[in-house]
Amino acid sequence: MSTGLPLWEVFIRSRRGLSHQHVGSVHASDAEMALRNARDLYTRRGEGVSIWVVPAAQVSASSPDEKEPFFDPAADKTYRHPTFYRIPEGVKNL
Amino acid sequence: MTAEGSAGTEGAAGVAGAAGAEAAAGAARPGAAPRELQARFEELIAADERVEPRDWMPEAYRKTLVRQIAQHAHSEIIGMQPEGNWITRAPSLRRKAILLAKVQDEAGHGLYLYAAAETLGVDRADLLDALHTGRQKYSSIFNYPTLTWADIGAIGWLVDGAAIINQIPLQRCSYGPYARAMVRICKEESFHQRQGFELLHDLAHGTPEQHAMAQDALDRWWWPSLMMFGPPDAESAHSAQSMAWRIKRHSNDDLRQRFVDISAPQAEALGLTIPDPDLRWNEERGHYDFGEIDWSEFQEVLAGNGPCNRQRVAQRVRAHEDGEWVRQAALAYAAKQEAKLAAKPAANLSENPSETKEVVAA
Ligand SMILES: [Fe+2]
Ligand SMILES: [Fe+2]
Repeated sequence: MSTGLPLWEVFIRSRRGLSHQHVGSVHASDAEMALRNARDLYTRRGEGVSIWVVPAAQVSASSPDEKEPFFDPAADKTYRHPTFYRIPEGVKNL
Repeated sequence: MTAEGSAGTEGAAGVAGAAGAEAAAGAARPGAAPRELQARFEELIAADERVEPRDWMPEAYRKTLVRQIAQHAHSEIIGMQPEGNWITRAPSLRRKAILLAKVQDEAGHGLYLYAAAETLGVDRADLLDALHTGRQKYSSIFNYPTLTWADIGAIGWLVDGAAIINQIPLQRCSYGPYARAMVRICKEESFHQRQGFELLHDLAHGTPEQHAMAQDALDRWWWPSLMMFGPPDAESAHSAQSMAWRIKRHSNDDLRQRFVDISAPQAEALGLTIPDPDLRWNEERGHYDFGEIDWSEFQEVLAGNGPCNRQRVAQRVRAHEDGEWVRQAALAYAAKQEAKLAAKPAANLSENPSETKEVVAA
């Protein structure tokens, strides 16, 4: 009896100068309707100046359980951070 | 970057389903024993961190959340009915616009919450089906009728007021998507409560008939509002486990006491009398004492014998069935457009290279 409409993930730029941020999802038959639904649902009080909708099925995600192996390469490279380096005292603007 | 990354995680979980998510978690680390996963989950909870959709979680935690979030979502959309009842009869254009916006917000609250539930691997269509067939419940308060215009004020002041007290701690609920939905909802609730208080205040300071109408609304809505916090702690079936999981942060009785303490002086400001002869300030406790709640009434309404139970569900089912042809038509249109696009030469496709759609507000 019930027809399910596809799921879309919604991203909103809350104001100029900021990137789009995920706010939730909507159901809609196509992108056009997803945008309208997202506008009605997530920007009733001027919360956005721009909306993206993406078919939820198109999102690829890393698994939180792969956390260690997947993000491992970043863990042992402390020389990527400025605090890694010894700078003689008194040297300014560095 | 980080925000969009984590967002993607949520979306995929919504699609993959909890079964899929759990399977993925298991598959990713074949060595991870259930005990290890359980320990990591408990660590997250103990550290007061948020559990996110693709994390491993105990099945009972997931089920509890699905049940609670779905029931919460159902309450929001069923809650539109008693108030929607008065939209066409609002006494002024100002009041009508306010009530329309308020009821639209409640629809929005329902949708935020269904979206949060879907990150746990359930489908909104299935949750609606559970509501329509009575397998899942909604808050009993919405089984009471709105007999006069003053009821719209009483609902805003008391029912939304009680909802706010319930919902504020849920903003720190251990499940991320639920907590984030509650942040959005809480931001919108204070308008709901204030418009109700203002409406009631106007009536209470109007003609004697209007004052009597306001008092009558308070008389009928006070006790059901107190029941919104659920059964006493001693009899609350799920409370202890939900507190341990940090889904819940305060006991039913604590929240109820807070509601009484806040509402009693507000009733005085309205010039109305709370229908409880035992209500009085207790200096020693630093709280208001209040009378015994008639829990048999609560049980009756919960069992389906409230004044409007059948009417509420019937109207919901009718609205859903009446909308079926619209969903069918929209899907047929989308399929047609897609077929048209596929038939076009490839060169034209470059105009719209990605499936992502964007709109920029003027
Ligand atoms: Fe609400
Ligand atoms: Fe509300």
